[in-house]
Amino acid sequence: MTNSFPDKEPLLRVDGLSVDYGLKGDPLRAIDGVSFELRTGEAVALVGESGSGKTTTAMAIAGLLSPNARVSGGQVHYRGQRLPIDDDAAMRPHRWSETSVVFQGAMNALNPVHRITKQIAEPCILKLGMTRGEATARAIELLELVGIPADRGVAYPHELSGGMRQRVMIAMALACRPSIIVGDEPTTALDVITQAQILKLLRDLRSQLNLALILITHDLSVVAESCDRVMIMYSGRVVEDGTVAEIFAEPKHPYTKLLIASIPNPANGKKMIRPIPGDPPNLVNRPSGCAFHPRCPSTMSVCTTEVPRLGRFGHGRVACHLHPPLQENMVTVHA
Amino acid sequence: MAGQASRNFMSRRLGLALIRAIVTLLIVATLNFILFRVIPGDPANMLLAGARSSVTAEQIEAQRQNWGLDRPLFPDQVVDYLWASLHGDLGYSFKFRGRQVADLIFERLPATIALVGLAQIIAILGGVMLGLYAGWRRGGAIDNIATVSSLALYSTPAFWLAMLLIVTFSTVSGWLPGYGAYSPSASIASVDRLLDYLKHLALPVAAVALGLIGQYVVVARAAMSEVVTEDYMVTARAKGLTHRQMLMHHACRNAMLPVVTLITLNLGYVVAGAITVEAVFAWPGIGGLTVEALNARDYPVLQGIFLLLGASIVAANLLADLAYGILDPRVR
Repeated sequence: MTNSFPDKEPLLRVDGLSVDYGLKGDPLRAIDGVSFELRTGEAVALVGESGSGKTTTAMAIAGLLSPNARVSGGQVHYRGQRLPIDDDAAMRPHRWSETSVVFQGAMNALNPVHRITKQIAEPCILKLGMTRGEATARAIELLELVGIPADRGVAYPHELSGGMRQRVMIAMALACRPSIIVGDEPTTALDVITQAQILKLLRDLRSQLNLALILITHDLSVVAESCDRVMIMYSGRVVEDGTVAEIFAEPKHPYTKLLIASIPNPANGKKMIRPIPGDPPNLVNRPSGCAFHPRCPSTMSVCTTEVPRLGRFGHGRVACHLHPPLQENMVTVHA
Repeated sequence: MAGQASRNFMSRRLGLALIRAIVTLLIVATLNFILFRVIPGDPANMLLAGARSSVTAEQIEAQRQNWGLDRPLFPDQVVDYLWASLHGDLGYSFKFRGRQVADLIFERLPATIALVGLAQIIAILGGVMLGLYAGWRRGGAIDNIATVSSLALYSTPAFWLAMLLIVTFSTVSGWLPGYGAYSPSASIASVDRLLDYLKHLALPVAAVALGLIGQYVVVARAAMSEVVTEDYMVTARAKGLTHRQMLMHHACRNAMLPVVTLITLNLGYVVAGAITVEAVFAWPGIGGLTVEALNARDYPVLQGIFLLLGASIVAANLLADLAYGILDPRVR
């Protein structure tokens, strides 16, 4: 699916994006030179541990960088147009109309004092210029689309279960017919059965509405079920990028290998969680060279000095000195 | 369907709150009665005070029988008291001989309502808006100024503020009167009289309002600065709302919850008066009457004022309960 239309201009193109937090004198680089493309209708998972930069990457795309964040390099293009991601007011027309967000734990993401229909209808009135009546009709239509009966529209968030609230959040995200939905760990707070239902709903809506999805998660089992492509992030950099099938069958980067090996699988007797030794990297004082080298089982001397380039490898990309990038022209021949 | 259920729940909640308020009021009234019976001193003696040396034991006993003081405190006197209070009979004043306590209180009530009511309106309009804005723009210039000055105002005793106002605006500059409600020389023409009254009202209102503004700014700012960190504000921003829309549609309603509770509870004091400020300005309200009654050991008047205070606080609590239920769907 990923490479089925390689010639079209991608929906979203991120080039060497770097984002810093904090003061100018002592900045914390949350993401460092992130580059990738997203095609219409494609689902990409951003996987990594806390502090790997997956949320910052996704929020930058949605135009939701916090006021203390600074774009220190790179750019983002949406449908060929450069997005002013560091300008809060200029990003306003883009938000929700082009990129919307399904936040995690929809309890706090929904306003406790407004009825759910009103919250779904709000962007339709403010962004699409609908009348209150039209917007309410649209909200009820969306509720039914995500499997909530129309008569529940008068409910307040606290009157709904966790799964229902997440459905409301999804309905709300669809309100202005966006092309990209960012899922910020949308199933983290839910039980396994509800989680499966929500993932199925997202999958169905995606194919029905031809939506692109950027799914932030640290749960690889969620990725396998709902995405076409995976990007593994470590210490603010993309270390590996490939189709779900490739990454799970044949991971290249040692971090990806350890990440996949850490999933417990009771079916083949792997009942214990196998942790990756060592501590997550310090972002203020990032390890030299490859940030993963202090924890990597196959460190070479070059790993401590040189940052590996994220180069094409097979159908995907990997940033590791064990897998030096193939020549660009060879890739073309290969593809 | 859901609406019906929530309406039933609402009326149930209202009924419960009403029963709670009535029970509380009964307890307050009974405690009020007990309080003035455990104070040393015999009312019969007090009534005959001044003529003590020439009064015989028989005459005192006759007075005790006349006023029903010879009957047992419980249940006879308590029941009498509660029954009479229910009918607006709060007894007779010691100081203002032969005058009904209820009449005295009603005479003074308008002045107090004008003073504290006006101060509340000004403080609510000014303080709440300033506090909400300061919390919204945390760390901004307005926030810094508002926070420091409101904390100072909040912690300043009202009577001291009153004295400062008198010295500044009355004694030194002579701009406004600092004593009483009317000038002795004021004409009786209605417009002039009203203007004169308003001039006299200005400084006492300022003294009460400034303290209240401090309180409202502190509470509203704290509530708002909590709301701006909530996840639903991030959602509102993600929806592409402008700052103004985020503030008006999402932040204010939530930040107003604790503020509305405070406002309704404060409304209970509108009838009780501001004792110290009224005393400093010799304002002829309930607060002034309280001080006069205290000085004269006028127990019936004090008892009446305490009952009024208790009743208005209970009513304010009931109102706060209901207001919260309307504003916050989670407690319905």
